[in-house]
Amino acid sequence: MVKKKDFSAGLPDPTPLIEDIISKYPRKVAKKRAKAMIANTPDEDQEIQANVRTIPGIITQRGCTYAGCKGVVLGPTRDIINLVHGPIGCSFYAWLTRRNQTRPETPTDENYMMYAFSTDMQDENIVFGGEVKLKQAIREAFELFKPKAIGVFSTCPVGLIGDDVHAVSREMKEELGINIFGFSCEGYRGVSQSAGHHIANNQVFKNVVGLNDRPRKSKFQLNLLGEYNIGGDAFELEALFEEVGIELISTFSGNSTIKSMEYAHTVDLNIVMCHRSINYIAEMMEEKYGIPWIKANFIGSEATAKTLRKIGEFFDDAELTAKIEEVIARESAKVKEVMDAIKPKTEGKLAMMFVGGSRAHHYQELFKELGVTTVSAGYEFAHRDDYEGRKVIPNIKIDADTRNIEEITVTKTENPELWREDLVEKKAALEKKGYEFSDYEGMMPEMTKNSLVIDDISHLETEKLIEFYKPDIFCAGIKEKYVVQKSGVPLKQLHSYDYGGPYTAFGGAINFFKEMERMLVTDVWKLVDTPWKSEPEIVGSMTINA
Amino acid sequence: MLLRHTTEKEIDRKALTVNPAKTCQPVGAMYAALGVHGCLPHSHGSQGCCSYHRSALTRHYKEPVMAATSSFTEGSSVFGGQANLLQAIGTIFSVYDPEIIAVHSTCLSETIGDDLGQIVAKAKTDGKIPEGKHVIQAPTPSYVGSHVTGYHNMLEAIVKYFAMKTDEAKRQVNLLAGWVEPSDMRELKRITGMMGIKTVLVPDTSDVLDTPMTGKFEMYPKGGTTIPELVSMGDSMKTVALGEWGTKGAAVALDNQCKVPFDLIDLPIGVKATDRFIMALSKAGAVSVPEAINDERGRLVDLITDMHQYFYGKRVALYGDPDQLIPMCEFLLDLDMIPAYVVSGTPGKSFDKKMKAVFGDKIDQVKFKNGANADMFQLHQWIKQEGVDLLIGNTYGKYIARDEKIPFLRMGFPIVDRVGHSYFPTLGYMGGIRILEKMLDLLMQHQDETCDEEKVELVM
Repeated sequence: MVKKKDFSAGLPDPTPLIEDIISKYPRKVAKKRAKAMIANTPDEDQEIQANVRTIPGIITQRGCTYAGCKGVVLGPTRDIINLVHGPIGCSFYAWLTRRNQTRPETPTDENYMMYAFSTDMQDENIVFGGEVKLKQAIREAFELFKPKAIGVFSTCPVGLIGDDVHAVSREMKEELGINIFGFSCEGYRGVSQSAGHHIANNQVFKNVVGLNDRPRKSKFQLNLLGEYNIGGDAFELEALFEEVGIELISTFSGNSTIKSMEYAHTVDLNIVMCHRSINYIAEMMEEKYGIPWIKANFIGSEATAKTLRKIGEFFDDAELTAKIEEVIARESAKVKEVMDAIKPKTEGKLAMMFVGGSRAHHYQELFKELGVTTVSAGYEFAHRDDYEGRKVIPNIKIDADTRNIEEITVTKTENPELWREDLVEKKAALEKKGYEFSDYEGMMPEMTKNSLVIDDISHLETEKLIEFYKPDIFCAGIKEKYVVQKSGVPLKQLHSYDYGGPYTAFGGAINFFKEMERMLVTDVWKLVDTPWKSEPEIVGSMTINA
Repeated sequence: MLLRHTTEKEIDRKALTVNPAKTCQPVGAMYAALGVHGCLPHSHGSQGCCSYHRSALTRHYKEPVMAATSSFTEGSSVFGGQANLLQAIGTIFSVYDPEIIAVHSTCLSETIGDDLGQIVAKAKTDGKIPEGKHVIQAPTPSYVGSHVTGYHNMLEAIVKYFAMKTDEAKRQVNLLAGWVEPSDMRELKRITGMMGIKTVLVPDTSDVLDTPMTGKFEMYPKGGTTIPELVSMGDSMKTVALGEWGTKGAAVALDNQCKVPFDLIDLPIGVKATDRFIMALSKAGAVSVPEAINDERGRLVDLITDMHQYFYGKRVALYGDPDQLIPMCEFLLDLDMIPAYVVSGTPGKSFDKKMKAVFGDKIDQVKFKNGANADMFQLHQWIKQEGVDLLIGNTYGKYIARDEKIPFLRMGFPIVDRVGHSYFPTLGYMGGIRILEKMLDLLMQHQDETCDEEKVELVM
């Protein structure tokens, strides 16, 4: 078993570790990986390499553009048929594996989330083209299910053989009279899932947002962006908003419907959880409708309170503010009770986390509340702004892999009833008071001195980190889970939550604290070593010594 | 209802697959390659394929599944993936030092026409493959066949690359395993051990995907068929190949390449298929069947006769892979159960023929379908039309089972919501006993929970 390290006097400079890792790589690989590892100095501007091509053969965590588009952004919406145009695997692997929970309002409401739809392309479709089969599949899906919307997702071969999913979608939309739109999310586009998020954002904005207006029903309306309802996270937030009196119009996308996304432009504010996967829609809604956005974080009780207060400040309503304070006071007390019971057992332990585009940052809050130090963290598919803050966006070099993702031009709506001049003015007034809109400071400023930040961590780096830090807990995904655990270190999946959760807001924080108590305090890992390991070896003998 | 939009009304579908009863080739190639010692599978395509396949295998085994990818970008898709694969081979050997890299293709690399053989040859001439190390390659286009085809193609590639005929004949039998669990591989070795036959089992994922917790991660665990064993297959007396869909290519290759004759039989699931396996082994190894095997068989048959009343007449729906489904149907028929619906997304014309052979004059009792148009949605529609007493298949059946309140036996790939398959085999007579135990548990539990109170039986 690994012996734990004591970093109570501060983290050691990780530079020797970085050098050790680099020394194991071939020269060219070493040069590239060196730029993706940073010994953090929070008050300095440090540049990390991110959102660049993965080195072939390095053993990465990353997935593909299709996974980001179909799996992440569109997957959690229940009233659309997501038809995957390609060989069977892509649809099969995105079938229910992400744990996006959904709760249809009635027993007969549309819910296609338990289904996997595919054109199951065969070799003749690759040779002669798959458009005919795609059209037929759309017709059959319509005949069987009568959905109101169908999304068509391109897989690798589709782009290569020249099938035009957009043209087919337009044609079938005309023929069937329902909303049908395509996504050019072939797996080879971009360098990770991130390209898929962007493509999904573009298409949802172009083909869904703004299709329907809905008269205002309540005083405060907002959308929750970048919340995928894994393990019921969105359910927690829905309950929270309902209690304080804010109407959640649409979530992009968790427990979500296309129907609600169609009138998502009728909100007063967008709040962004996962900045990486969804900031594009927030930006586009502001450009088109004048709706401002703020970064939100509901992971951790303090972060939740802070976000709620920020929302309260935006709406600036005495009753709402009072209600928010009441909920914070009541719920924080419950969280504190659990925290006080668990923290003495977890204080001083070490964590590291390598996931996604926001969780590797947000979950540090929860660990902090338990007195657990994050010694190293990094994202799987983030960009520099997720590490260094949005201030670096103008300086990010646009490379060929980014350039092949469609940039759509959004212009101000010509419908004066939809343009929210009131919000534009409100934003300007609040900004004068120091209220921050459209901003995300990124992960690095919030991490401690000498913590090690790594983008797109490789398997070798994972092993080296465990050896160096001997962490008490490692957070990553399913592919890393048993690799790390075989080393004697418990791994918490922060994609699927190991089939637990929810972990958002106050109730979620309590769940997470209890889960960390289970994982960090248990003695099961002490069973690993055999009792005879430390005994002198007994030499067997078949003769009986009388 | 989870599958609330599924109704009994079928339409003649020609293009749409809903809820597939298969996945694509590369995951099978990855699994087969993991059954070779010191081998790192490599996916030549977009990195999403590798990520998905590793995730699927990891969820199924709850074990590390290591594999690398060529990480295609748009550029490589246009200009070809040679540069990516060459770089990957270099990086893998210098950083991860496997004995073998087993490259499989994907729909992407196949569509653009990458020639794996040529790229690997170039890697060799460029000096990217260190002395004594190996790169093998198998074509696994995702738009042909299914995950089983990928397993088949990689197994064939492994055997073709390594097996060598020398002048020295070896008193050993090659055992080619179709797609089965590590526990089954272990069971196959136990059985051949009991028979006293020296065998080379390939692939062998025992001690690879069922490794003990030691506090130390081993990138290349101790299990897997070794290179010397693979090489020696060319000198074996005979090959016993288990499952046409998984092993035929490798069996034929050994015959063509090394003149080792083969016996291609079903996976030993249930009484009769295991009987055929034991007889094939006995013939191949020229040994008689030991008493201990007779005893195991006898215990299985004893259990069948003891509990016959609970099996008799029960209607079963099954989905999965042909190599499992065919002997499983045979087993169910031997129990006097009724395999009512059978679906496999895996194509293959001989499925029809084999099903007819297994069912004989009972063929009218069963609705079955395989190939690209066969899916779990249709199976569910059939169940809606006329119900069944038991559902058998991979984890994805749980939604049907819950909606229709049918007892559900998990078998096949993937099983991601229960454990046991890594440890307890379903092959051989002992495996048959495990299948019966699980089946009886489900059927009896169902009876206990759903019968009228006065009908609850203490003794069953």
